[in-house]
Amino acid sequence: MIPGPFAYYRPSSVAEAVGLLVRLGDEARPLAGGHSLIPMMKLRMATPEHLVDLAGVAGLKEIRDNGATITIGATVTQAELINSELLLRRLPILRETALQVADPQIRSKGTLGGNVANGDPGNDMPALMHCLNATYLLEGPAGSRLVPARDYYQGAYFTALGQGELLTGVSIPVPPLGHGYAYEKLKRKIGDYATAAAAVVLTLVDGRVATASIALTNVAATPLFAEAAGAIVLGSTLDAATVKRAAAAAKAITDPATDGRGTAEYRREMTGVMVSRALMKAAARARIGG
Amino acid sequence: MPDTLPPETPLLVTLRVNEHDHPLALDPRTTLLDALREHLGLTGTKVGCNHGTCGACTVHIDGRRQLACLVLAAAAQGRDIRTIEGLSDADGALHPMQAAFVAHDALQCGYCTPGQIMSAVACVTEGHTRTDAEIREYMSGNLCRCGAYPNIVAAVRDVAQQKAA
Repeated sequence: MIPGPFAYYRPSSVAEAVGLLVRLGDEARPLAGGHSLIPMMKLRMATPEHLVDLAGVAGLKEIRDNGATITIGATVTQAELINSELLLRRLPILRETALQVADPQIRSKGTLGGNVANGDPGNDMPALMHCLNATYLLEGPAGSRLVPARDYYQGAYFTALGQGELLTGVSIPVPPLGHGYAYEKLKRKIGDYATAAAAVVLTLVDGRVATASIALTNVAATPLFAEAAGAIVLGSTLDAATVKRAAAAAKAITDPATDGRGTAEYRREMTGVMVSRALMKAAARARIGG
Repeated sequence: MPDTLPPETPLLVTLRVNEHDHPLALDPRTTLLDALREHLGLTGTKVGCNHGTCGACTVHIDGRRQLACLVLAAAAQGRDIRTIEGLSDADGALHPMQAAFVAHDALQCGYCTPGQIMSAVACVTEGHTRTDAEIREYMSGNLCRCGAYPNIVAAVRDVAQQKAA
């Protein structure tokens, strides 16, 4: 349970961090909260020779309201998401999801950037970013670029992040006031990854679904945007038959592993249950809110 | 900073623990947990899973409860670290949470207790003690294999009520 040897660097700016990642090459990894990377290093599943600690990098801690979007710096912790008045008011699904990540100690150190960047399919925030159609801000040797969350994940631990690039923040379009939302996660115990989980954001007009977005956690090698399932509920009152069809459409795109959390069949079935529950909870909240 | 550093280069790190500064030369791999136990002799903080699951190594860093097994000592430089040894008064009087754990018999073997107490102190400070269910939720990062949970909840509830009184 001791990591392989590495050299430790502590840059103070994004430019300096990117410079280090470029210069040190393939064997360098950025370190944010460390609550994914350090366990992997202890198991020697990751053996970076150079660790670039982002804790001293200025400007990655901000949650900023730009009106139509909210941007969140990469090293904002899960606890800081939970305690943000701005997010509670305008993006409450972030708080609801963050509260289901791991446990209180881990949430006080683990970061949003680390959760979305590394491509662990068990992480909760990537599917939420799919649901919200967030954009990731990447800084690299050739400057900055924007990558939609829905294009970022290529496989388990494989992402669009290029050599020397650093994910510095996420930009989230704010759903309209009165939207409904829910993150429903089935887990064996506190602190566990999802057996299956679903994120839903929707709006209702006159009791009918006007917009809907659904995404799924830990039921494939990457987070899944359940586009067809979302389309099925449009215009409906979320009657039982429609919800069942949407759940079936969501289940159809999953490819869960059989593991300690259950068989593939069970986890696929639970995906449908989580989608149904999240749709109903989101609809109830939308009616109350708007 | 040179272009690259050989990994064996010791890091000069000053850790501020329980209001005392400790200059140390450490292998970069050293976790805060190992620095506390192996270099500073502060063995109150326990090694449980060493993997971020059990909470036995919970300490306070800048007032927030965190897992010493997943924090590199180098990254804890400049932070205000408090361990179980720093909870009681200079005259040795127990912290109210320590006293409540004794009064409620909130332990059996005691191995998880320092982490439980550090987490419990933070739980009260954070205000997550309105109901027993909330205490359980916010103490969920600390495992007790002896199953002393009902008495741990009672101790936390007791301290929260003392504080509110």
